[in-house]
Amino acid sequence: MILNRTKFVVSKTTLYGLLTLTALFMILPFIWMLSTSFKSQDEIFVSPPIIISRNMSLDGYRYIIDFGVLRSLWNTFFVAFSSTIVSLFFCSLGGYGFAKYRFPGRNLLFSFLLATMIVPYAVTMVPLYVIIQKIGWMNTFLPLIVPGAANAFGVFFMRQYISTISDELLDAARIDGCSEFGIFTRVILPIIIPGLTSLGLIFFMGAWNNYLGPLIYLKSPKKFTLPLFMMQMTGPPGFSMYREWMGVAVVSVVPLLIIFLIFQRRFTEGITAGAIKG
Amino acid sequence: MASQAKVAAPTKIRRGLWREIVKKRWAYVFISPFYILFLVFGFFPVLFSIYLSFHKWKGLGPMEFVGLKNYTYLLGVGGKAFWQSIENGIILFFMYVPIMTFVAIVLAVILNSKLVRFFQGYRTMIFAPYVTSMIAAGFTFRLLLENKGGLFNVALNMLGLPGIPWLENVWWARVSLCLLVVWGWLGYNMVIMLAGLQTIPRELTEAALIDGASPVQAFFYITIPLLRPVILFSVILSTMGSFGLFNEVMALTGGGPMRATLTTLVQIYNEAFGNFRFGRASAQAYVYFALIFVLTLLQFRYFGREG
Repeated sequence: MILNRTKFVVSKTTLYGLLTLTALFMILPFIWMLSTSFKSQDEIFVSPPIIISRNMSLDGYRYIIDFGVLRSLWNTFFVAFSSTIVSLFFCSLGGYGFAKYRFPGRNLLFSFLLATMIVPYAVTMVPLYVIIQKIGWMNTFLPLIVPGAANAFGVFFMRQYISTISDELLDAARIDGCSEFGIFTRVILPIIIPGLTSLGLIFFMGAWNNYLGPLIYLKSPKKFTLPLFMMQMTGPPGFSMYREWMGVAVVSVVPLLIIFLIFQRRFTEGITAGAIKG
Repeated sequence: MASQAKVAAPTKIRRGLWREIVKKRWAYVFISPFYILFLVFGFFPVLFSIYLSFHKWKGLGPMEFVGLKNYTYLLGVGGKAFWQSIENGIILFFMYVPIMTFVAIVLAVILNSKLVRFFQGYRTMIFAPYVTSMIAAGFTFRLLLENKGGLFNVALNMLGLPGIPWLENVWWARVSLCLLVVWGWLGYNMVIMLAGLQTIPRELTEAALIDGASPVQAFFYITIPLLRPVILFSVILSTMGSFGLFNEVMALTGGGPMRATLTTLVQIYNEAFGNFRFGRASAQAYVYFALIFVLTLLQFRYFGREG
């Protein structure tokens, strides 16, 4: 009995140890990012390391604000927000069509859509660039907002979500004289808000952190989003920019972390939906 | 319905089909905004890419048809960087995917077991990196891994160990990249494993434990086999992921040293937007697509069969 008890205590300690160690590894970069952004230049590379600066300095933040980080933050927000709204609109409309109507060609059109999901981005990257150039969208936010709305995963997700709504509800609305479009806006939309939130969070996060798209399409520094802003921010030669880089990192990471903490449940629901059902 | 009418009168089905389409016109109204966008920005590029891969084109001026030259070129010395990037993808895959997947399962099982408290807290902390910009994280890791004065080497030195040339050495650079990738993706994998575990009835493992199986046996003989579909999903995503790493590479190593961390997506990006060889980039993208496709099929056959 006693032996069993010690064994239990030991194994419990191992479990907690494993979890805590992993959790520490996960939050260490966040702490280091935040701590470095407030350090003075000579505190960055020292042994023993300093976690809380002795002379907290806002110079790093002052520098990046002068450099235009706030405009970049706004650009990032603008692109992420508008692309999310546009994508949700197209995907929910498409998802509703596929979920609630049986029409000639439905299965063909849908499987065709799913089949393109396995095509890696590398294949469409160059042709997309050519199209964007031809229609004159270079150096605008449009290529970061519009093409992404043709998201097969989004339609798949919304179709799954909407197909759980009972048909009787829609028929009742039809009998009450509701138009087909009215059914979508007045009956479907209010019900699918949780699903839209889950999917929207995934879209928003993807757009916020996107680097490759802005790298290809945005040319003038005034339009740069945060990841691009960070990559092109270089100081004078021989000057370590780490404090300033960490400042930008904090600016780009904190808003998403806050959103994630608020909507954690919806967020994980969206992420796991594809893995478990699909 | 359609097959019955086929023999009798072809015009009749056409009219029947047409009537059906008109009747269901709302469905087309609903899907067409999305579908038109998809055809233009999702499907057309896939075809256009094939066309480009048979041409020599710098993005400006006329295209020159070159047949299979962009493909045969890859068989010679010119394809060296491309094949190196494929090799890197395979190396990176074996370096981090098995460990990451295993750890993700173990953590998910622990959190799911109800043996530990602070379930929410642990899950949140482990998952948080997933929402983080990999550019921001890449710079942070560069700071942590700095040769002189970076936190990791300072810690090693304080323990009396020599520092590690994290980003300067071919293999250590790959290790560094794997550290960053595992940091970013472990939580994601853990969360989908957790969701998978929640679909497995708890009684199954409990019955095995009562029958005298050890927790380790229950883990390997019950949990893992039942999780197989979720594991397959996560491994397939990680496979595509290890060839398609971009942000992590650009922020941390830039593909070096000596192309040791050059991934396929970075290579194709360089070919297209660094050298402006659109034809060659498209050919490489298609070869890469074919390889990924075969790999995914193999994984499906290997993992998807038993169970």
